[in-house]
Amino acid sequence: MATPSIVDARAIHKHFGALHVLKGVDLKVAERELVFVIGPSGSGKSTLLRCLNRLEEPSSGSIVVDGIDMLDPRTDINHARQRIGMVFQSFNLYPHMTALGNVTLALRKVAGKSRAEADRLGRAALERVGLADRSEHTPGQLSGGQQQRVAIARSIALEPRVMLFDEPTSALDPELVGSVLEVMRSLRMSGMTMIVVSHEMGFARNAADRVVFMDDGLIVEQGAPAEIFEHPAHDRTRAFIGQIQRH
Amino acid sequence: MIQTFFNFDIIVASWPIVMAGLLNTVLLSLIVVPLGLFGGLLLALLASIRHPLVRWPLMAWVDFFRAFPPLVLLILLFAGLPFAGLDLGGFACVAIAFFLNTGAYYGEIFRAGIESIPTGQVEAARSTGLNRLQALGYIVLPQAVRNVMPDLLSNTLEVVKLTSLGSVVAVPELLYQARQAQSLTYNPTPIVVAAIIYFLMLWPLVRLLSRLENRALAGRR
Ligand SMILES: Nc1ncnc2c1ncn2[C@@H]1O[C@H](COP(=O)(O)OP(=O)(O)OP(=O)(O)O)[C@@H](O)[C@H]1O
Ligand SMILES: [Mg+2]
Repeated sequence: MATPSIVDARAIHKHFGALHVLKGVDLKVAERELVFVIGPSGSGKSTLLRCLNRLEEPSSGSIVVDGIDMLDPRTDINHARQRIGMVFQSFNLYPHMTALGNVTLALRKVAGKSRAEADRLGRAALERVGLADRSEHTPGQLSGGQQQRVAIARSIALEPRVMLFDEPTSALDPELVGSVLEVMRSLRMSGMTMIVVSHEMGFARNAADRVVFMDDGLIVEQGAPAEIFEHPAHDRTRAFIGQIQRH
Repeated sequence: MIQTFFNFDIIVASWPIVMAGLLNTVLLSLIVVPLGLFGGLLLALLASIRHPLVRWPLMAWVDFFRAFPPLVLLILLFAGLPFAGLDLGGFACVAIAFFLNTGAYYGEIFRAGIESIPTGQVEAARSTGLNRLQALGYIVLPQAVRNVMPDLLSNTLEVVKLTSLGSVVAVPELLYQARQAQSLTYNPTPIVVAAIIYFLMLWPLVRLLSRLENRALAGRR
């Protein structure tokens, strides 16, 4: 194998009661790779991401992230999760804390940094997302785009090995989408490994290394963006992409 | 009229008795309010475990003690426990009855507060490596308590008022002592004094509650 994979998920199944949501998904992601995941609503994209950091318990399969067996009961999951950043569609900031407070909480309580050290790292993270001057603002005083960038800062402050994005721009007004994509692009430039679920096809075209198409709990096909977008091998992929592009 | 209801000599004479009662009322409140808060928080935390084996008994517990009149509960404990070989005395019976009754009320308030916090915030916290307890302590509870502060305060007001039930089981709290003084002096003045003391004690809380409620309204706008 050429490059070692940071994420190695195999035969992931997930049931919600009688509902079989993931039906044996294999996903390998190499270091510094940006994998872009697309697929119709309900195909299991969010569930797959949430299984990777075990916010959702897979029913079966194996997941290794940065050499850590995520499903091994002996694994300290809270320690492992610091290495996996996650950004949500709805930001999920802590509204009772300032931007800096949001970013430094895990630094202090999980990574065990002193307040001074956490503040320093937190400010650096906010600077990276272009919000150095907003550190004392609460989420309520920030625009959606700024909130999402604080959420990104909250993750990158922990220096994760891989970042998961679940529709990071879907809740944003169109004019605010660009600022968040800009930050994601710069993250990619800095060499971050990323798995991105999104409908931003433009971003996929010029930033993704690989596009993965999911449908009905399975990865139907995957390949370079140009390949998937211009010459999809499967009808389902073609139908989905046609639908997206008509919007 | 004044001679009957606000007799100065009787005020002076009964003052020590009434003050002893006030002291006990304050003491009783200082015991039953934290006890109820603690019990309520415990119930609310248990309620966040969604397992049916926890959920149903918990719901039955809360429903039962909310439906049960606290006075009946108190007398039942006071009169019934000795037959079970447990003679705890009036004070302990009040504490237990309040723990059961107001704990259930506080529990529902805390539960509403906890459920008002979007689960996404907890997921975000967990995704950064915080454990369940840290997410609860740093993210959920601070916001939950702030959201239900008016309800907590309003319930506390009720609890302090309800301490007067202690008089039924001979706990020498304010009302009981005032009635003692009344029967010693054959004059209602001590009761009037007690009423005024209750009012003066609770009025600041009522004011605070109004301010909190107004602020909550303004915040929602
Ligand atoms: N906690 C849950 N309990 C029960 N069913 C769930 C749960 N989470 C997801 N599902 C179901 O699993 C299926 C896949 O959901 P998922 O959120 O992974 O899809 P998705 O591809 O992310 O869709 P979308 O594009 O709408 O976000 C859906 O049918 C959904 O209703
Ligand atoms: Mg989704």
